Amino acid sequence: MFGAGGGTSSYREIEETDLVLLWGSNARETHPIFFHHVLKGLHRGGRLVTVDPRRTSSAQWADLWLGLDVGSDIAVANAVGREIIAAGLANQEFIAEATTGFEAYRAAVEPCTLAWAEAQSGVPAEAIRELAHAYATAPRAMLCWTLGITEHHNAVDNVLSLINLALLCGHVGRFGSGINPLRGQNNVQGGGDMGALPDRLPGFQHVENAPLRARFDAAWGVAVPPERGWHLTGMFEAMDRGELRGLYVLGENPAQSEADQHRTIRLLEGLEHLVVQDLFLTRTAELADVVLPAAAGWCESDGTVTNSERRVQRVRRAVPPPGAARDDLEIVFEIARRLGADWGAPDPEAVWDELRRVSPAHAGMSYARLEELGGIQWPCWDDQHPGELFLHSRLWERPVVGPRAGFHPCTHEPPIEALDAEYPLRLTTGRRLSEYNTGVQSGAYANPLRRRETLDISPEDAARLGVGEGEVVRVSSRRGAVDVPIHLDDALRPGLTFMTFHFPDDVATNLITIDATDPKAGTAEFKAAAIRVDRLSP
Amino acid sequence: MSADHDDGADRVWFEPPPRSVRLPMAPPTPAPATITLEIDGREVQVADGSSLLDACASIGVETPTLCFLKTLTPVNACRVCVVELEGSRTLVPSCARKAEAGMKVHTDSPRVRLSRKLVLELLGSSVDLSQAPDVARWMARYDAHPERFGADAATVAQPVKDDNDLYVRDYARCILCYKCVEACGTDAQNTFAIAVAGRGFDARVATEADVPLPASACVYCGNCIGVCPTNALVFKSEHVMRGKGTWAPERQTTTDTICSYCGVGCTLTLHAQDGRIVKVTSPLDASVTEGNLCIKGRFGFDFVDDEPAGDG
Amino acid sequence: MDLRIPHSEPSPDERAAVDALLGAPASGWDGGDRDVALDGRVARRGLRAIEARRDLLLPAIEAVQARVGWVSKAALDYIARRLTVPPAEVWGVASFYHLIDLEPAPPVVAHVCDDIACRNAGAEDVCAALGAEGAVADGATWKRSPCLGLCELAPAALLVRAGATPTTEVVAPATAAAIATARAAVDGPADASAGARRGDARLDEVRRSVPQAGDASLQLLARVGVVDPGSLDDYRRHGGYRGLTRAIELGGAGVIAELTAGRLVGRGGAAFPTGRKWQAVAGQTERTRYVVCNADESEPGTFKDRILMEWDPFAVIEGMTIAGLTAGAEHGYVYVRGEYPVAAARLQAAIDAARAAGLLGADVAGTGARFDVEIRRGAGAYICGEETSLFNSLEGFRGEPRSKPPYPVAVGLFGKPTVVNNVETLANVPVLLTAGGAAFAAQGSGTSTGPKLYCVSGHVARPGLYEAPFGVTVRDLLALAGGTSRGRPVRAVLLGGAAGSFVGADALDVPLTLEGLRAIGATLGSGVVMVFDDGADLPGVLRRIAQFFRDESCGQCVPCRVGTVRQDEALHRLAARPPAAAVADDRALLAELGQAMRDASICGLGQTASAAIESALALGLGDPVADAPTTGGAR
Repeated sequence: MFGAGGGTSSYREIEETDLVLLWGSNARETHPIFFHHVLKGLHRGGRLVTVDPRRTSSAQWADLWLGLDVGSDIAVANAVGREIIAAGLANQEFIAEATTGFEAYRAAVEPCTLAWAEAQSGVPAEAIRELAHAYATAPRAMLCWTLGITEHHNAVDNVLSLINLALLCGHVGRFGSGINPLRGQNNVQGGGDMGALPDRLPGFQHVENAPLRARFDAAWGVAVPPERGWHLTGMFEAMDRGELRGLYVLGENPAQSEADQHRTIRLLEGLEHLVVQDLFLTRTAELADVVLPAAAGWCESDGTVTNSERRVQRVRRAVPPPGAARDDLEIVFEIARRLGADWGAPDPEAVWDELRRVSPAHAGMSYARLEELGGIQWPCWDDQHPGELFLHSRLWERPVVGPRAGFHPCTHEPPIEALDAEYPLRLTTGRRLSEYNTGVQSGAYANPLRRRETLDISPEDAARLGVGEGEVVRVSSRRGAVDVPIHLDDALRPGLTFMTFHFPDDVATNLITIDATDPKAGTAEFKAAAIRVDRLSP
Repeated sequence: MSADHDDGADRVWFEPPPRSVRLPMAPPTPAPATITLEIDGREVQVADGSSLLDACASIGVETPTLCFLKTLTPVNACRVCVVELEGSRTLVPSCARKAEAGMKVHTDSPRVRLSRKLVLELLGSSVDLSQAPDVARWMARYDAHPERFGADAATVAQPVKDDNDLYVRDYARCILCYKCVEACGTDAQNTFAIAVAGRGFDARVATEADVPLPASACVYCGNCIGVCPTNALVFKSEHVMRGKGTWAPERQTTTDTICSYCGVGCTLTLHAQDGRIVKVTSPLDASVTEGNLCIKGRFGFDFVDDEPAGDG
Repeated sequence: MDLRIPHSEPSPDERAAVDALLGAPASGWDGGDRDVALDGRVARRGLRAIEARRDLLLPAIEAVQARVGWVSKAALDYIARRLTVPPAEVWGVASFYHLIDLEPAPPVVAHVCDDIACRNAGAEDVCAALGAEGAVADGATWKRSPCLGLCELAPAALLVRAGATPTTEVVAPATAAAIATARAAVDGPADASAGARRGDARLDEVRRSVPQAGDASLQLLARVGVVDPGSLDDYRRHGGYRGLTRAIELGGAGVIAELTAGRLVGRGGAAFPTGRKWQAVAGQTERTRYVVCNADESEPGTFKDRILMEWDPFAVIEGMTIAGLTAGAEHGYVYVRGEYPVAAARLQAAIDAARAAGLLGADVAGTGARFDVEIRRGAGAYICGEETSLFNSLEGFRGEPRSKPPYPVAVGLFGKPTVVNNVETLANVPVLLTAGGAAFAAQGSGTSTGPKLYCVSGHVARPGLYEAPFGVTVRDLLALAGGTSRGRPVRAVLLGGAAGSFVGADALDVPLTLEGLRAIGATLGSGVVMVFDDGADLPGVLRRIAQFFRDESCGQCVPCRVGTVRQDEALHRLAARPPAAAVADDRALLAELGQAMRDASICGLGQTASAAIESALALGLGDPVADAPTTGGAR
């Protein structure tokens, strides 16, 4: 946020805040231990408001749940912003002293009345008003979101529309007030921090910022390419254009995890050379020219990961890797050696110390201190620094230290794929508690909660379609069709359906999801496809 | 967030954030006053709000506990930690009783020793404590002889509940310490799949109407197993290995690492035996987990061990 | 769903019983029909609502029990959904209480008391004549019950018929034939006239239980049998509400001063100064406070509170109202034990009448102060007479005691400062205020002031409830009760009930005061004076007491949960006439068990579970050889 790519707050603050606004996140199932902290807060008297198309198990805990239409988040957020301003609940001092662009924002949300938002989102105006007042009047408030916000064609605008609310109320930069994306996958945070983004160098430093880049040029003795690369969807577009012809995939399974699977596989198959480095022979690995068997980072090798509260944590080797599998670091070092750069013996701590030299925000995090303190939250500027509990306290200095935070007016755009007579149902996707992504890790253990893929639908839709629990139906979108059993779920209302993508070998959900992506972040609109359901037998 | 912002006009997405002027901190809370009390004739100073158990620990007085765990609300049900407080008609549970200035406490008086002995005997005569590591030591310390209640003494012996792939519930080992109920309830998991049912000697930890776990609200987080002091709740894998005689704690190593699933960053303690992970726990003092995990973190490690069925 | 509640359908009767209590469901999310337009868009009551209406959990379970005669899992699931309480916890609560049947049961159940007083009066013969316990015939069954609080009418039984209008019938003295007759009658319409019998008929009925009824010198029992318990006017004509009037004149501080001057102490057994308790609550900074009347009278041998509630219910309400005004509480609860349906009904009528007359509600007697009273019913658990267990039960949790401190005056019901007093204590308050503290303190002796109720039962000619000052002797009470019933000499007297202690015939002249009894290691407890002549089966009585504690231990703490079992087992071993060495071992074991239960149990139940038995053994009363039964059926 505001130049630092991480959630602003700590789990501890979630316990001590007055209100948690969970937007597009079923943290109860997808981030269970994070939700423990939410629950501690609830039991201390904090409140929980959730915004989610489904009344998820997280929403069940909420004092207020808003069941909006998939993809109408900006409409609701803008109406909340308008209501906060109209009711005189905006934090005028904070806006005046610490932000830019408020007038443009005010003008942009002015048309977004509660009634308008009700029409766009389906949520009663009164409930939107309640949300606005609850968030604005809470002495401390946390705004958290997950893929319900970011797996849309307009992911960045979705996020910005929420950040606008935090700026409006001054709910950032203070203990107990912050804005937090919950990381869906282990070390997504750390990967970004380490520069595994198309435009970032280690330490989240922008590659196009010349003075920053110069530091790396000096440290590494090479000229770092000065321009950003492609993000994942950009890579696939480049493959489509024939500009990208070779791919080295580490620990990803795009053949099953990307939207519009037919297209993804076609593009991967069209590559001149595909290298996959993974624990498993995934569907993607099956397409590869070379497969490099890798050790499991979390238990067969040493290193660090970074969690959703910016805490850098040590992972350690507990068991040896099986067979010919090798540590990722070892493999990369070996490739470097064969490419003519001898980096010496791979040593995770030495690599980490190199990172500390080039990333000021990690400078104070020696292995010894990480051990001693049970992990450290970045930034940690030197070896006396304890790490920072929350970010952006500078916005509360007067005058503000550093740049102000900007409002970013956002415009509501409905999902790319509208519902129509042919495809009248909205399909949204997500995860279940006991499963994980495409199931390559979670598929292996004996799991009493496992029920295979289903199309979850409301009891009313089931009755209308004349289908019952367990009946296998054909689910079709404009891109493909899958056969899947029905599951009745009263968390859903008529017109809304839900699937996971945990069992791609049984049911390739991503055959039917849409590949529309956000032009800025490259995130795909997994959350909103239009489908129809047909009985297989009359 | 990983999403970039490229409208170009906004420097804040481009420059690293400036260093904070002041360290971001939680609002200060006043430090608790120090109070002085007397334990076994020794003057002890502790922070106001400490328990007598804390106070005893601070001077190295070891107090047996069964139902106490620092991450759970004291239920003071087992009564093995009782101490004698001058002026109190009865003994008091040290785990739950707050230290007060001027208290005079005795931890090894004849009354204390008798009650601790009886508690251990009453449990030992009714419950299988063979997998409760500390109990045998305490039995010796208090000269407890559970067998003196006779061979016909009622016990909680009952068949093992083995109704799912992850847990085994052997309530013949259950001392009804309530820890699992608390861990399943508001102290941690908030799933409320189990509660104490029935009454008196027939009270048992149970699902509703004692339905099997798969029919209950259980989400298999294993946080109940993590807090069980007697192995009444045990991982199926451990249960099976014990049955085969292959469970060998002396050959096990423990290594702390971070869970590989979602991005919350839960500390896992991997218990490995002969190069294989056999059990996963989490340290009580890990700030992220406080000892708690979810089903994936607790059980979802098989993928490093075996070829997954297919690759899905 | 995070809160996983099975979608089982309650029967129409079960649903009706719950909905009658809770009202119709507000949304599809709490058990109603799903209104997709709303329920698909907004939900306002999250799972944290677990706390919100949880106190209606036991009433909801009781409503189904009363309507159907047992409570099915589908009914429990429906209650879980309506109240947002997890099914496992609903089960935990439902399975805690004797009077909740979780297996199919016929609509009519005869609860036959086999506890000590009734046992003394031949209850075992009644049970033997009834055949197999639990057998169902003609839509009815029977069960043994712990003390029903009908000791003066022993042996006693309580018939309960489930239905849309549940009815109950006391059968005393109980015989198999009388129970059968009552079983036929209980199918008829409820006898609405029971409380409203007039004049002499009423007095005659009451005199079966209160032989002194009508005596002008009585204070606590002055109106018992004299007034119509359903008539507020009658109550007022006989001095009622003069205490409240006086309390309003005095103001809160004045009331506390009077109580302190009168040295009123609690009559429930613990003898805590009432004025100090009220003052402690009045002085709390927390403004939400409660008054709780502990009417869970379950101590075997005790029936005084039942009689007060049945025959002078306004006195209890008046005492509570004074407590509410004094302590600054706006809400009071009476927790009436489930075995007292008549008491609960008459209290409810009194509450309704008082409210209609402006003596309860938003403006009590024109003072501008708000105070109202609600009745909650127990469901068969002795432990719920322990004040913190009572709070837990009332809040919808298992009736397990809480650790003290904190004490109820600071952290009581719903975590708020709470005045909790016994029925008799509250009934004393108007008496004290009307007479004045000084006059009240002039009665009795030492710290034991004012009138006292004695529950005299056992081998006496006229068992019943007697009022006498503190300081009378057992011999005095024996005289009031017409001497022993069988012309045999007194062998032992149980003072204070199962949690009390036995004294021998040599203690007949000890003054019954707190300090007098303390001097001989005994206690007056709840005022039980149960007399055993030399033909009594004292070893059997001891085993019944041991069984009582074994049955009634809540199971929370180890010393009580297992200790009461081991105590029971040791007494059974002793009854088998073992060799002397084994007897000595078991005696030593009982002594150690007693010490550990007394020292290490959480609450008064475990702390007193060995008291009566130890006192008897110390007196040589329960010796299996010397005290072998000569009459009566031992079990």
